[in-house]
Amino acid sequence: MNIISAENLTKFYGKSRGIVDVNLAVGKGDIFGFIGPNGAGKSTTIRTLLGLIAPSSGKAEIFGKDIKTNKLEILSNVGFLPSETMFYSGMRVSEILKLSANLHRKDCTAEAKSLCERLSLDPTRKIDELSLGNRKKVGIVCALQHKPSLYILDEPTSGLDPLMQREFYSLLIERNNDGATVFLSSHILSEVQKYCKHAAVIRDGNILVNDSVEKLGQTGAKRVILHGVNKVPELDGQKILSVTDNSVEFLYSGDIRQLTNLLASLPLTDFTVTEPDLEEIFMHYYTKEGAAHDDFSA
Amino acid sequence: MTIFLHELRQSRISIIIWTVSIAFMMGICVLIYPQMGDQMDEIGAVFAQMGGFSQAFGMDRLNFGEFLGFFSIECGNMLGLGGAFFAALCGISALSKEEREHTAEFLLTHPISRARVVTEKLLAAVTGVLILNVVIIAVIAVTMLAVGVIADINILALLFSAYFIMQLEILAVTFALSAFLRRGGIGLGLGLAAIFYFLNIISNLIENTEFIKYITPFGYTEGADIISSKSIDGGYLMVGLIITAAAVCIAYIKYTKKDIA
Repeated sequence: MNIISAENLTKFYGKSRGIVDVNLAVGKGDIFGFIGPNGAGKSTTIRTLLGLIAPSSGKAEIFGKDIKTNKLEILSNVGFLPSETMFYSGMRVSEILKLSANLHRKDCTAEAKSLCERLSLDPTRKIDELSLGNRKKVGIVCALQHKPSLYILDEPTSGLDPLMQREFYSLLIERNNDGATVFLSSHILSEVQKYCKHAAVIRDGNILVNDSVEKLGQTGAKRVILHGVNKVPELDGQKILSVTDNSVEFLYSGDIRQLTNLLASLPLTDFTVTEPDLEEIFMHYYTKEGAAHDDFSA
Repeated sequence: MTIFLHELRQSRISIIIWTVSIAFMMGICVLIYPQMGDQMDEIGAVFAQMGGFSQAFGMDRLNFGEFLGFFSIECGNMLGLGGAFFAALCGISALSKEEREHTAEFLLTHPISRARVVTEKLLAAVTGVLILNVVIIAVIAVTMLAVGVIADINILALLFSAYFIMQLEILAVTFALSAFLRRGGIGLGLGLAAIFYFLNIISNLIENTEFIKYITPFGYTEGADIISSKSIDGGYLMVGLIITAAAVCIAYIKYTKKDIA
């Protein structure tokens, strides 16, 4: 059963575009990365799934239940971390955590204490005194303390230092090993590649690709660096990455014999051919230019 | 009742400041009344002859020599205007502050319905207004006993009831506006309360403008009318109650369907 499924989910704010015909399927036990540039529609998708905004058309289900008619039932089993974690001023961290637990009608005292210790968060501090990163930690504890079976996390690691990012992901992996599903949006492609099982790329409100992270990395394209030349040789299925006085770098997805023939004819001092990393592939989807080159799509 | 208690906690300082300020000023007015008593007839006569100004505040129809006449003008304006401002502040920020302070995402992604959020926030705001009125009534009762002033309890009860219902109406109207707002609104709330207040004064000043009293909730809090008729004007009150009920309904309808920014 899919934990999250969206069918042609569309949201327009008046005439301006939010998301258009978004289709998603997130399976049980998945760690799903939702990738896209600012304004692509990541947060709109998440906010629609959580019932903060109503879709203009299309439908979505979480735990197999319609998001409109079963919102409270769904939310009781979801841990949400917004991209900007804001809380009521004048309150202490412990009071915020207690408020969140009370709204879930659960006693999360023990779990909150353990999470605060792991994330080095002092629950006696006042919210107004906290740095951006520490406020994020409060949001993380709020999302995790009631032990939901689905985590929806909007740019979860922004503002966290690298040590805390690692601790945060180890917490997520523990929850995932216990059977929970994770849906996270991110800009940081390396963390998606490292931790996610599946990923989707959204741009201008449309889902461009949606596949396993492993398959997304296998585009058939090669990253080619040639040393000793300063002009890009003409090839079919090529995307130029950089040109310097003594080297050129490009992604190549054409016939490999055409490439080897070309290499033999050039006055090279050195060359490397490697698999492109996920970042390069996703950067391709991010840019408008990428839309014209479908050679690299999975 | 998590949100109800949370709301009261968040607004406790505001409730304390407004209650203490208004109760203090009204208490002082009652305490100095006996010392002014001898001069009150003269003051009343002067006040009654100030033409439009007297009319505006209904002073031409009140006897300042009696405590109730004095109370309905001096204290009535303090509780009327002060209470209206407090109610407007409570109402206008009740729902909109969650989006203004970006806490709506936190609150509304918990398993609690929008209707329940509206209900608990409305109850908390009404409780704030109730606390203000109960404390003020207690302070007035104590100060009246302290200086030995005697007044018709029934009329006092009518005056306090009228002020309380007026505050509830302003609370309801600003609460409904709050459901539509995303930012600010405090100026709008206070401005609306002030407009209601001045509409009543305009209606007192200009002939054939009684219909305005149906619009402003201050219409049924007029001390001179309540003291002379020993009742609250049923027509004005009924319109006020209908506006209050309609405003509450609008708040529910809007907020349960609103896209949260």
